[in-house]
Amino acid sequence: MITYILRRLGAGLVLVFIVTAITFFLVHAAGVPVANNLAGPQATAEQIAAINAKLGLDRPVLEQYVTWISGFFTGDLGRSYFSSEPVVDAMASRLPVTLSVVVFAMIITLVISVVLGVAAAARRGPLDVVIQTIATISNVFPGIILGIVLVFIFAITLRLVPAVGYTPPTESVPKWLASIVLPAVVLSIGGIASLSAQIRGSMIDELGKDYIRTLRSRGVSERSILLRHALRNASGPAFTTFSLLFISLFGAALFVEKIFALPGYGTFGFTATVQGDLPIMLGLTLFAVCLVVVVNLLVDLVSGWLNPKARVS
Amino acid sequence: MSTTNELDTVVLAEDLDSPKRAGAFRRLLRNPLGIGALITLTAIIVLGQSAPLFGVHEPAFSSLDAVNAPIGTPEYLLGGDQYGRDILARLLFSINVSLISGAIGAGVSIVIGTVFGLIAGYIGRTTDAVTSWVFNLLMTFPALVLVLVLYPVTGGSYQIMMVIFGIFLAPGTYRLVRNMVVGVRSELYVDAARVAGLSNRRILSRHILFVVRGPIIISVAFLASSAIGIQAGLAFLGLGSTLVPSFGSMTGDAFANIYLHPEQLVWPSLLLALLTGSVILLGNAYRDALAGPQTPVRRKRTAPPLARREGASSAEATTPTAALLSVRNLRVRYPQADGGEKYVVDGVSLDVAPGEVVGLVGESGSGKTQTAFSILGLLPPEAGVEADVLSLAGESLLGVSPKEMRRLRGGVVAYIPQEPMSNLDPSYTVGNQLVEGLLSSMSRREAKRTVLELLERVGIRDPDRVFASYPHQISGGMAQRVLIAGAVASRPKLLIADEPTTALDVTVQAEILDLLRSLQNEFGMGVLMVTHNFGVVADLCDRVVVMRDGRAVETGAVRDIFHHPSEEYTRELVGAILDEETVRTDPAPAPGAPSAKEATR
Repeated sequence: MITYILRRLGAGLVLVFIVTAITFFLVHAAGVPVANNLAGPQATAEQIAAINAKLGLDRPVLEQYVTWISGFFTGDLGRSYFSSEPVVDAMASRLPVTLSVVVFAMIITLVISVVLGVAAAARRGPLDVVIQTIATISNVFPGIILGIVLVFIFAITLRLVPAVGYTPPTESVPKWLASIVLPAVVLSIGGIASLSAQIRGSMIDELGKDYIRTLRSRGVSERSILLRHALRNASGPAFTTFSLLFISLFGAALFVEKIFALPGYGTFGFTATVQGDLPIMLGLTLFAVCLVVVVNLLVDLVSGWLNPKARVS
Repeated sequence: MSTTNELDTVVLAEDLDSPKRAGAFRRLLRNPLGIGALITLTAIIVLGQSAPLFGVHEPAFSSLDAVNAPIGTPEYLLGGDQYGRDILARLLFSINVSLISGAIGAGVSIVIGTVFGLIAGYIGRTTDAVTSWVFNLLMTFPALVLVLVLYPVTGGSYQIMMVIFGIFLAPGTYRLVRNMVVGVRSELYVDAARVAGLSNRRILSRHILFVVRGPIIISVAFLASSAIGIQAGLAFLGLGSTLVPSFGSMTGDAFANIYLHPEQLVWPSLLLALLTGSVILLGNAYRDALAGPQTPVRRKRTAPPLARREGASSAEATTPTAALLSVRNLRVRYPQADGGEKYVVDGVSLDVAPGEVVGLVGESGSGKTQTAFSILGLLPPEAGVEADVLSLAGESLLGVSPKEMRRLRGGVVAYIPQEPMSNLDPSYTVGNQLVEGLLSSMSRREAKRTVLELLERVGIRDPDRVFASYPHQISGGMAQRVLIAGAVASRPKLLIADEPTTALDVTVQAEILDLLRSLQNEFGMGVLMVTHNFGVVADLCDRVVVMRDGRAVETGAVRDIFHHPSEEYTRELVGAILDEETVRTDPAPAPGAPSAKEATR
């Protein structure tokens, strides 16, 4: 078991190496004039050369990458070209915002999808229409439009929640919730569409199986049939979908944070990518790779545990 | 923000047959939503192509006079934005940006996904394993993060951004194509093509690509709308050249102006939603058209599954009999695809006396299992059940509430299924699921003791180990013993066994029949034995009901039926027993006396 986890993490390390290298060399090849951006339009050639020397941009590209990757192994991801803030600190300070929104969105997605999916599988009829409508809405309206519409209705017209900005939970929990509820709702709609359809489908498959009829023949209650037996067996595929959603929400969160002016990875990454702040961009890439490696590993471990056949053997 | 994995659920669910496709386009045109989407999409495309002909301003031209100009200003029909640019002009010129984005995103995804999907699915083995690994990884990546990070590489060109995004959309197409190819590869006509000496490339492009093109066309809609939405999102964030007008950048500009002029948001949002909406709805309509015309029928709600009395019942029929189970004129009907109904059981009457073993015999499709399930109340919801009399242990099952029926199933009547392995929940231990059925009448500890005793009684040597085992850890014969233990655990008065030995090895079959006989003797249960095997009937039953095409064609004592079958059909069934030796002529053993064979397993 431990060797398995170590092997997977080792493969993850190789992935970190590949993906960051691709990002590094591609961005370098694009030739963003970082020093010019920093020094401003009136800068002299000497000033620019001095900045390049200070940031190490005058050294060969390969050497720069080796410096970065060796820093990675010592936990040092360098400093932002523009703010000089250490990348690790900058990312750590913004993670709570993005994580708040994503986790809140995942909770909404999970609760609504399970309720809708199970109920639709058990009852069919009108609930199927609800699920299809959510799916169509999420497909038809791009996320930015949904976000704007919600901001307009709830923040600007009804003034129920602030339109923009973020309040940390350490300051005020109700204000924190108010500041992340709209972004989380926008994020969760696409997830609810795919997850509830997935749960409904697997539940219908499970409810049609022989063992369900046999359990019914022993007088087992309908509630136990649905929640204890069918949902339990349907949870494997649903869990995989859920984990994929979790990862993809980090990407979608970048957009939503921008709409709601939340100081998370969205605004941060956006500024960095426009300025050509490579250390920050590599930091974000690294975060994405680690997220993928860790979540995929957890999915495999949990799926194995969910399935008794895989668990025992 | 749609994700790539939605594709699978949307498209893979469809079972597509190529012949249906001929009429698909015509059906699409008959669907109001489909034709509406098609007209909207065509109108938007035409508007986009003819944008320069409208005589509007250059989309990037700004004039101080037109800053936030109201709707209807001369030369600025939809007004001006906060930079004094013509909103109508920007709107018209944005259309092509969105269309090109959709085309590039979907195109890249389709080309990459299809090429690798065909190769991996057709060649299989290592090629398949490696490509599937790569695409699975690609699929889990948060595409938007990398699109954002790689923004400098694009030099601000939205076209290159869409190429990158298209690569991240490819896994959805890849999985779709690969899975379909794997399914098609072993089809006979592909084998035939291979035998006929066609090259792999030709088989792939001619035969296999033909089959997968339907789902690919459907997925184009989702891919394109996804790409359009992402391009809009990126432009909304301000990524991309400011010179290129697009719905996203217009929405972004207007959003910054939302407190002053919220109406400026309406136009780009509306057109963007109309565009993605018509693409998606057109895709949906095409999918529905391919699925064929029978889809709406499935939605119909049918009569509740409860048995109910229908028509006047004769005095003879209502007279309560001494029977444990009494069935008169049972009918089971199912709705058909054409909207009509079909009776799969049509007027069956039978009785089971306490302690009597009755065989219900017939070939596959004769309605015997449907008869059994309607007594148990376990037919699927779309089945309709009617009878003049359907009573069990003196209680009528007609119109009984689901709760009451559940109580009867937990105590009075029990069921042994045909296929042992699929009838155990794979996620719970054997003990766990057997105990659950008993909890309504006893404590957990008591239930566990009862189950352990029963496991031993049904001939399991190591009850504690089997109790703690998962279904996949025990053999089929063992699983059938477990199911028998589960059925008799509540001491039912009537046991309904549905072909309890058919799925088992021949040697195990005899042991299971012995076990059933001895349990029947010990508990004095009535048994309704559903089978197609007259050998089993001869071995176990007192009386027999022969069914054919949903009707009971002959009823009588086993010996009479064997020696003087009155129906030709029964004669054929009896004749189907090859081994005449299995026909027993000695009387059944006296109740309470276990047979010699049963002592050990």
